[in-house]
Amino acid sequence: MTRISVTVDGATYADDVEPRMLLVHFLRERLGKTGTVVGCDTSNCGACTVHLDGRSVKSCNVLAVQADGSEVTTIEGLAHDGELHPMQAAFHECHALQCGYCTPGMIMQSIDLLNENPTPTEEEIRSGLEGNLCRCTGYHNIVRAVQTASGQQTSASATLEETAS
Amino acid sequence: MTVTEDRPDAARKEVGNDRRRKEDQRLITGRTRWTDNIQLTGMLHVAMVRSPFAHARITGIDTTEAKAMPNVVLVLTGEDVKDEQGSLPNAWPITPDQVTPDHPSIAVDRVAFAGEIVAVVIARSAAEARDAAELVDVDYEELPAALDLREAAAADSANGVLAHPALGTNKSAFWQFDSAGAGTGGAVDDAIAEAQRDGVVVTREFRQQRLIPAFMEPRSVVVDPTGEQMTVWSATQIPHILRFLFAAVLGINEAKIRVIAPDVGGGFGGKLQCTPEEFITIMAARRIGKPVKYTETRSESLMAAHHGRDQWQKITVAATKDGTVTGLKVDLLADLGAYVAIMGGGVPVLGAFIFNAIYKFPAYQFNCQTVLTNKTWTDAYRGAGRPEATFGIERIMDELANTLGMDPLELREKNWIRNDEFPFKTVTGMTYDSGDYEAATAKAKEMFGYDELRAEQKRRREAKDPVQLGIGVSTFTEMCGLAPSRVLGSLDYGAGGWESASVRMLATGKVEVVTGTTPHGQGHETAWSQIVADRLGVAFEDVEVLHGDTQIASKGMDTYGSRSLVVGGEALVKAADKVIEKARPIAAHLLEASVDDLEFKAGRFGVRGTDKGLAMAEVALATFAAHNLPDGIEPTLDSDATYDPVDFSFPHGTHLCAMEIDTETGGLTMRKYVCVDDIGTIINPLIVEGQVHGGLVQGIAQALWEEAVHDDAGTLVSASFVDYLVPTAADTISFETGNTFSPSTTNTLGAKGVGEAGTIASTPAVVNAVVDALRPFGVDDVRMPCTPERVWKAIHSHDGSGDAATEGAAAPHFDEADTADRTAGSDGPDNTTGQEGSL
Repeated sequence: MTRISVTVDGATYADDVEPRMLLVHFLRERLGKTGTVVGCDTSNCGACTVHLDGRSVKSCNVLAVQADGSEVTTIEGLAHDGELHPMQAAFHECHALQCGYCTPGMIMQSIDLLNENPTPTEEEIRSGLEGNLCRCTGYHNIVRAVQTASGQQTSASATLEETAS
Repeated sequence: MTVTEDRPDAARKEVGNDRRRKEDQRLITGRTRWTDNIQLTGMLHVAMVRSPFAHARITGIDTTEAKAMPNVVLVLTGEDVKDEQGSLPNAWPITPDQVTPDHPSIAVDRVAFAGEIVAVVIARSAAEARDAAELVDVDYEELPAALDLREAAAADSANGVLAHPALGTNKSAFWQFDSAGAGTGGAVDDAIAEAQRDGVVVTREFRQQRLIPAFMEPRSVVVDPTGEQMTVWSATQIPHILRFLFAAVLGINEAKIRVIAPDVGGGFGGKLQCTPEEFITIMAARRIGKPVKYTETRSESLMAAHHGRDQWQKITVAATKDGTVTGLKVDLLADLGAYVAIMGGGVPVLGAFIFNAIYKFPAYQFNCQTVLTNKTWTDAYRGAGRPEATFGIERIMDELANTLGMDPLELREKNWIRNDEFPFKTVTGMTYDSGDYEAATAKAKEMFGYDELRAEQKRRREAKDPVQLGIGVSTFTEMCGLAPSRVLGSLDYGAGGWESASVRMLATGKVEVVTGTTPHGQGHETAWSQIVADRLGVAFEDVEVLHGDTQIASKGMDTYGSRSLVVGGEALVKAADKVIEKARPIAAHLLEASVDDLEFKAGRFGVRGTDKGLAMAEVALATFAAHNLPDGIEPTLDSDATYDPVDFSFPHGTHLCAMEIDTETGGLTMRKYVCVDDIGTIINPLIVEGQVHGGLVQGIAQALWEEAVHDDAGTLVSASFVDYLVPTAADTISFETGNTFSPSTTNTLGAKGVGEAGTIASTPAVVNAVVDALRPFGVDDVRMPCTPERVWKAIHSHDGSGDAATEGAAAPHFDEADTADRTAGSDGPDNTTGQEGSL
């Protein structure tokens, strides 16, 4: 067992963990941060994406002991005082989720993408989300959500009117 | 004739509005209730030991070491549970003589596919269970495995390999529909003979490769046996069906079982199953008396959760020289895998009613042979039988058009059911209630720029541009609203097709809606609220939709087959209407008016000719208080309805796809995709668009990327997301979608269903585009997935030899050499690598 101290969504936790324990399992099983989920076992799907010291990581690809002394933000730490993060609001507005399983990871990755490139093109958005799989949406509305959050598209209604008239 | 309306629902208050979803708040903030999130005091965890062999005899299992591990509570083998576990159910034996092997949850003495469970370890943590599972020592005596579908179909006890030797055959069932026999049309062989004399006959063989549903949330099950009732949480599409089957298979009193589907992360048919993992978790929990959880890994999911598609299709179309179709003959081989799953052979049989599609075939025959092999079992995957059928008919229509030198849309228009011919009884005996193929096609052509792209294609062909342009067409229909119970009965399906709903009026004027549908991404909480808000005249926000728990929603047939709105929505309308009728005499009494003088409008009972009235909420409160009700009236407005559909619904649409193909490398790029879907009345256009987008990508993925590949030993080599190519955002493009509206006449809402349309329609549109681009090279098929390698091979194996593969007569069915030459690529794993041909 190894002693670690990790700040997650603003609270600092101290715990003894097996060296082999993955960060995602630490978050889910020890801290009850079940908003972050596991979708695969090969680090392809990105459902477990969180921010580690401000950068997106797949938390299935990080050991809990590697997060010792670090700050982790999960999907549960984005909204403050009932106010959604603009990316969460954009996902809702643009219907960028259906079953919602990939959504935590997709939102965390999308925020990281805009942190790096505040006004990405559609192609840059698509390539920036390549490490996150979604089976429901066909990505169309996820791209719209990132565009909306970046201020490059007003809402999903605009798209609807363009195409469904 | 049916009426095509322009946004008929726009005037209504909620129905037709693009409401943002109620479900989203919890999903975007991580306050979710996935099955794997559940932690109960004293809960134990299951790990499975799975067979690495496709077919083997189990000669010994040594669990000593595993049992000795700290924190291991129980180890089970098939021998331990053989008297208890029964056989996993097949709910749809398609013929009375169907050969159905017993399907134990834990294999007892033989395994029939790689991934089958041979032992189970239960420990205090999932990690400890998995560690101990590694120590279970299983001795196998490997047996020859039946892997190739066509070889398996031809094998018998004397020749070839049997998936289950004791059965003496790999053939499970033969199912036929013949229009001459059914009295719904002519004899197809006569039509083909006539066309051979004076007309055109085109025969093709198509491969529907094996796919994996690949829902994002791995399956998970938690069983709590504490107390009188056993509670089962499962990541399932079918909690109600599971409750019945758990009781039936394990002999448990149904009233002692509660099944809950909490938040469920996608299904696409993949969670329409009654699984060994569920039965095992139940048996373990009952033995130990403590809560037990099993959550699969992604690799286990890809290997052991059921697969989809996997057919060989041989299709013959007969036509006159002017392109009027006169007959359609379909011969299918369908791979069931090692066991007959819950729908099993019913999946390809569903396709029987869709092969004839939107066309007026006067003669039709459908023959389907289901076959057992030593591979993962197959069952419903988004569309279930209809994508396979739509692919077959839309591909052969393109081949017929090419043979006749006609534009593929012109050929289709010549043969489709005209708008003024609805309702139309088809050659299968189905009655299509409404449709407007002209309107959908005209709109799609305009959005697509069809004529301009055809002109560009011509220019590129003439200039011998290395990048060729292909235009693919798919004018599909499908059947939704599964299903009238009598029809299901006539097809030997083991259950009915009704749906149930309850509307509960709370004293505060809020409304609880209980539905028997089980959403897992479809947005029922939002759409059902819209329907009830309009019906009862209450606020959208005041409606709460409850579902997915057999103790709350005691009756239901769950969510699959694009049935929820068409059947469940109609049940909801009927329940809401009953609430109004129960409220009416109470309102009249309170208003001191005659019932006949009341009208219910916008949520208010008004006395005609006066300004007197009562809102539904006021009537609800008065009913709750029950101080002043008319004599003989029960003090509740709550109402239930169970609705059995009178018929299927038939959404349709026109999908157009433009593919650019680099003929030097085989690289494929999707340039444009336009679809116009007619799904009748739309409740929420935002949700509908989302369903279409997601459906499109799943169908496109079949055309271009996805394939479950087994090696020569029967090992699934695409058993991780590294190898099974679920497309990413970088692989796909943005779509242009539109709608036309010819409301269904068989339900009050006018809805037709949209859950599977995108997947059903898009696969042939893409492959038709790929083949269209390669026509100058004499290519008339590319086997799916159309990888750059297969495209390149197709170009180089034809050398412009034209339509050599078009046959004047039907060739012997399923001739290996015949198709091997004609279709590019093989089933080998080499052909599935490389996603470089991104869109």
